[in-house]
Amino acid sequence: MGYNTLVVLTGAGLLGACSGMVGSFAVLRKRALMGDALAHAALPGVCLAFVALGERHLPAMLLGALLTGLLGIALVTGLRYGTRIKEDAAIGIVLSVFYGAGIALSRSIQNTSTAGSRAGLESYILGKASGMIIGDIALIAAASLACLSLVLLLYKEFKIVAFDPGFASAQGWPSFQIDLALMAMVAVTVVIGLPAVGVVLVAALLIIPAAAARFWTDRLGTLLGLSAAMGAITGATGTLLSSRLGWAAGPSIVLSGTALFLVSLVASPKRGVLHRVRSNLDLAKATADAKLLRAIHSALEGKGFATSRIPVNAISRSGRGLDRGAQQALGRLKRAELILEDEPGTIELTEAGWQAAVDAVWNYRVWEHMVDATSGAVSRIPVLGVDPFSETLSAAELAIYESAIQAEGRDPRGRALPGMTKGAP
Amino acid sequence: MHTGLLAAEFGSEFWATDLQTIVVGATGNAACAILGCFLLLRRMSLLGDAVSHSILAGIAAAFLLTGTTSIVPMFAGAMVAGVLTAVLTQALHSLGRVPEDSSMGVVFTSMFAVGVIIISQLGRVHLDTDCVLYGRLDTVSLETTVVAGYLVPRALLSLVPVLAATLLFVSLLWKELKITSFDPQLATAAGFSAVGVHYLLMTMVATSTVASLNSVGAIVVVAMLIVPAATAHLLSDRLSTMLIIAVAASVTAAIFGCVWARVANSNAAGMMAVVAGLQFGAVVLVAPRYGLLSKAIHNVRLTLRILSEDVIAMLYRREENVEQSPAPAGERRIAQATRSECLEATGGHWLSGLALAVLRRRGELRALGSDSFALTDSGRRLGGSLVRAHRLWESYLDANFDLPADHLHEPASHVEHYIGPALQDRLAESLDRPHRDPHGRDIPQSGGEQK
Repeated sequence: MGYNTLVVLTGAGLLGACSGMVGSFAVLRKRALMGDALAHAALPGVCLAFVALGERHLPAMLLGALLTGLLGIALVTGLRYGTRIKEDAAIGIVLSVFYGAGIALSRSIQNTSTAGSRAGLESYILGKASGMIIGDIALIAAASLACLSLVLLLYKEFKIVAFDPGFASAQGWPSFQIDLALMAMVAVTVVIGLPAVGVVLVAALLIIPAAAARFWTDRLGTLLGLSAAMGAITGATGTLLSSRLGWAAGPSIVLSGTALFLVSLVASPKRGVLHRVRSNLDLAKATADAKLLRAIHSALEGKGFATSRIPVNAISRSGRGLDRGAQQALGRLKRAELILEDEPGTIELTEAGWQAAVDAVWNYRVWEHMVDATSGAVSRIPVLGVDPFSETLSAAELAIYESAIQAEGRDPRGRALPGMTKGAP
Repeated sequence: MHTGLLAAEFGSEFWATDLQTIVVGATGNAACAILGCFLLLRRMSLLGDAVSHSILAGIAAAFLLTGTTSIVPMFAGAMVAGVLTAVLTQALHSLGRVPEDSSMGVVFTSMFAVGVIIISQLGRVHLDTDCVLYGRLDTVSLETTVVAGYLVPRALLSLVPVLAATLLFVSLLWKELKITSFDPQLATAAGFSAVGVHYLLMTMVATSTVASLNSVGAIVVVAMLIVPAATAHLLSDRLSTMLIIAVAASVTAAIFGCVWARVANSNAAGMMAVVAGLQFGAVVLVAPRYGLLSKAIHNVRLTLRILSEDVIAMLYRREENVEQSPAPAGERRIAQATRSECLEATGGHWLSGLALAVLRRRGELRALGSDSFALTDSGRRLGGSLVRAHRLWESYLDANFDLPADHLHEPASHVEHYIGPALQDRLAESLDRPHRDPHGRDIPQSGGEQK
């Protein structure tokens, strides 16, 4: 690996790590698109610094970027609080108008000055990581170090403002100033990222690693570390892609981040889509099982619990056999040895099956009672008939509803309670 | 004579070029501005921004698949990409529990990145990032075609139909757009498909964006989707007026942006965005109802009213005290206050001096000597009304809330400025027309006359 590649890789990795860490706060604080507005608003600052100095001078251009970027953020905040314009529109206004001004300025510069200075401004739009030199790395390292020490210093403050700004204010934290410190970190990160990733996509560097890392953890400390690591990987692989395939740096970095994000989205064990789909399926199965058990219980109840064997057709509502979901549930319950089917078409609950059926009916009746007692005004209605009460309701709440229907001896629809009319096999 | 002719010729040529640029810009801008109003009202402005970025991926993919830049596959690709952005943003949000703004950020930056990479790999045939980023507005007059005997810019062939479609869309679905924009719950309850209208709108946004993208560029599209609508939103509370203002703002932005770009030797698209921003900035300052200036004026007037009422009430209370103290028979003693006492009664606000001047000009305060002021008859009536409001409110608080007696004055001195005669009468009614407040002081009767 050549020296230049090493320099660029280090720089991009460091940049990714820094923006990953800072971006975590932006994402948690729901300020992700503020970074986008800031980046777009930085473009005219770059151009103005160029006009002022008449040459390409990186620190000056970044300072210009920082100034107009912060002006943009101030305008978004001012519009939001001072006028009837909502935050999203304010972000859109600032980013499009400032970006337009930047384009107009850079075009004006190109059309009037020499070709040599031209390339400099163009590269700020889509980024040019390969131009990175060791001095740039020093700048990125300094900025990252500053952000890191700020995070370490104000960890508790950032944490509380990121998760619950209202609570922070109520507790007397200076949440506006803390917010300001957060935005300042975002601004610095965006600005040092500009030359490598470009104004259009630098916000992605803040958003994507943080959003990806968020799938894997619920703890802030872990999130920061993970997001920084993902950012570093994103930056480094993106730069490699860019130099190997000749793609523009900004888009390559963004796409390698997107790949990490997609993997996280699908495969994360707790919040991933796969897990979610599987648990939804499990829930659907449990619901179908409980429904079938209740149907069997109700059919037996209809015969006064005189018999424990019942034809399958008797438990289907139409009387013409079970639908697909119920048939699958029947198969599952037979495999779990809750139901016996000694002769085809007639089923019987086992001892464990009877207990499960009584539980299912009991849960359902408690649920009905709860809806009845609260007129449906409960915020956490558990899924019908499954056994979610222990998770959804506290033991105390559950006890209230259970003792209420036990005292009445009947459920809200006037039916006898299961288990109280024991006609068990 | 010769040079004059030359100048005239140059002038007319420039004019012809610029006119074409303006017409193309104005057509695209107007379509974007109309749709932008609905985006703004639905708080979806940033979705417009996201869509116009993502569309690049759609156009690039369409080009990759068909190998042509003809309009049908481009439109199809853009439409798919546009709607996909909306769908994916929503899906990430609901399926992956990613915060909405972050999910939008992930989707549009990724799609834009894909678009840029495809285009840069294709080589700069007919599509290049430059034209999408900056637009080809400066060169529209170079690509012309003949329609009905007239030479018109080719860009108009797609922009005019899109504008017409936008107008048709809005006029056909006026009622539906209106109800779903202002009250989606009501719309759903009334049987309108809010989701259907949402995706139709997204389709229209994608359509006008792709039509504008090639000619005016992404910046102007985003700017025109958001800024003129915001400008109009500050100027109007009626949807129809808002649309008209937004269109007018976008068209003037096209005109002045183009002229400015010519003068500054710059990019017309960027300048149009800048002009739209300046329009917005001006309206933020001077809008009659929602502008900062009118808000400031309103605040100053309110402050002045409260300060001057504080002075009047102070003098009125002094008169009460004077009347209670023994006075020579047949002589009405006058309560007065020095200028500094008046200013002190208002808490030394920086507008206090002005408040005093206003009171004198309105004839509610008269000068006694060089440094003393007293109430006039109309001032006394006003003071009576204020003190009546104050003491009625104290009585009301005392009767209805369990507050200690020393906690009554503070809220009453805030509220007294907002209780007019009608409300005073209702308060008195509900308290059985009391004559004394909880502190045992007389409540002036209506008309400002002491009982």
